[in-house]
Amino acid sequence: MSHLWGSRWSGFGFLLLLVLVWEAAGRYGWIHKLFFPPATKILASFFQIVASGEVLGHVGVSLWRAGLGYGLAALVAITLGVLMGYWRVAYESLEVVVELLRAVPPPAIIPVAIVFLGIGDQMKVFIILFSCAFPILVNTMDGVRSVDPVLVRTARTFGLRQGALLWKVVLPAASPFIMTGLRIALAIALILVVISEMVGATSGIGYFILDSQRSFRIPQMYAGMLVLALLGYTLNRGFLLVDARLMAWHKGLTARQR
Amino acid sequence: MLEVRELRKEFQPLSGQPVVALGSVSFRVESGQFVSIVGPSGCGKSTLLQCIAGLSRPSAGRVLLHGREVTGPPEGLILLFQEYNKSLMAWRSVLRNVRFGLENRAGMSRVEMDAEARRYIELVGLKGFEAHYPWELSGGMQQRVAIARALVRRPEVMLMDEPFGSLDALTRIELEDALLRLWESLRATILFVTHDIEEAVYLSDRAYVLSCRPAQVIEEIEVKLERPRNQLTTREDPRFIQARRHIFELISKEMAKG
Repeated sequence: MSHLWGSRWSGFGFLLLLVLVWEAAGRYGWIHKLFFPPATKILASFFQIVASGEVLGHVGVSLWRAGLGYGLAALVAITLGVLMGYWRVAYESLEVVVELLRAVPPPAIIPVAIVFLGIGDQMKVFIILFSCAFPILVNTMDGVRSVDPVLVRTARTFGLRQGALLWKVVLPAASPFIMTGLRIALAIALILVVISEMVGATSGIGYFILDSQRSFRIPQMYAGMLVLALLGYTLNRGFLLVDARLMAWHKGLTARQR
Repeated sequence: MLEVRELRKEFQPLSGQPVVALGSVSFRVESGQFVSIVGPSGCGKSTLLQCIAGLSRPSAGRVLLHGREVTGPPEGLILLFQEYNKSLMAWRSVLRNVRFGLENRAGMSRVEMDAEARRYIELVGLKGFEAHYPWELSGGMQQRVAIARALVRRPEVMLMDEPFGSLDALTRIELEDALLRLWESLRATILFVTHDIEEAVYLSDRAYVLSCRPAQVIEEIEVKLERPRNQLTTREDPRFIQARRHIFELISKEMAKG
């Protein structure tokens, strides 16, 4: 970990340099006086919207939508992925549909979702669910299919039947794959919550950024982006922490095999 | 008590004629005996064990355990595989792997299961490694964990599919003796598949020699050597050498037939 810390210090150094250049560019109008404000102005706006609590409400709403969509996606996709990975019939009948739906870029289903679900939370949660489901589904399926037959036979000789077999053997054996899917989906959830909030919404961080731009509160627009950057960073770090704990066995195992 | 009657197994490849793995295999294993099955590699020994373990349905013939036909994995019978690194659960510690042998049974608390698991871990000589993960152990130790996990269930019959096939010669000798000691103290019935003629003679009360594909029993050999066996004196015993020579000739003749 020591070399990681070393690189992190130089990373912070470079970030500071960028902020300084940004400050100068904003201050002296190198790019655009109005649309590219100095970093200090953005930071001031950031602290102001955080302190006033204005942005926190929007973040909360976004997190709720993203969390709900993500959670539902995990539930549906892991279940389906296990079924498709384990039962050939399920795989053969669903594979084409999954591959086709997966190929649709998620924003393209927003118009359809609006037609059926309106522009409220339902539509947003659905969009997030839809787009998060596929990476989880595909990874779960791959994970289940890669479970060694010897392991399954061993479990069966110990008397495990389908339910217990899936729960106690197949699912944990496939869990490293599932975690990969969940991690990819986490980033997607954040992207899609912002996109969906830019299409007909009155709350959420996506709306906040768009609204700031429309009302020419440019520093606030950038501050909203900063909020998103910090949010995404925190979520990813949190996920990695959980992953490191739950998947410690897998990291040890793969380190051995290398 | 374990009886195999005219067992036949065919596989249908994607194209062409069905492959007959087992022609007509018949033999008996009495309670408490150590019986080996020896045969040229690729003769269908593993297929035979899978059928006996109820993991694979025979095309014809029957397997009877205490006079009852085996149609699925029977209670009281455990199949142990050669690939310990695949049959052990990498996400479970040694203790929890061994406990797995008891988990799928009603009527035992977790505390009782752990105590029993610890007892068997000690029996196979792994005391002190309870908290280790399988992948932190050597191959021989991993197979000991798998043996403890099978024995903790107190199976009446343990089927072993070339369990020491991928271990180095010295570890193999060590495990052969460990297995014999356990078998003598626990009074289980063992059906041991191997392609190592010496190993079969050294361990068994009786050995069945299989022909090339389609496999059938070509000879039954009674091994009349005193127990406990000894790696030096037993292997130097004229009866050992004679039995080894006899089986070797049978198998060479088989392999010459192709």
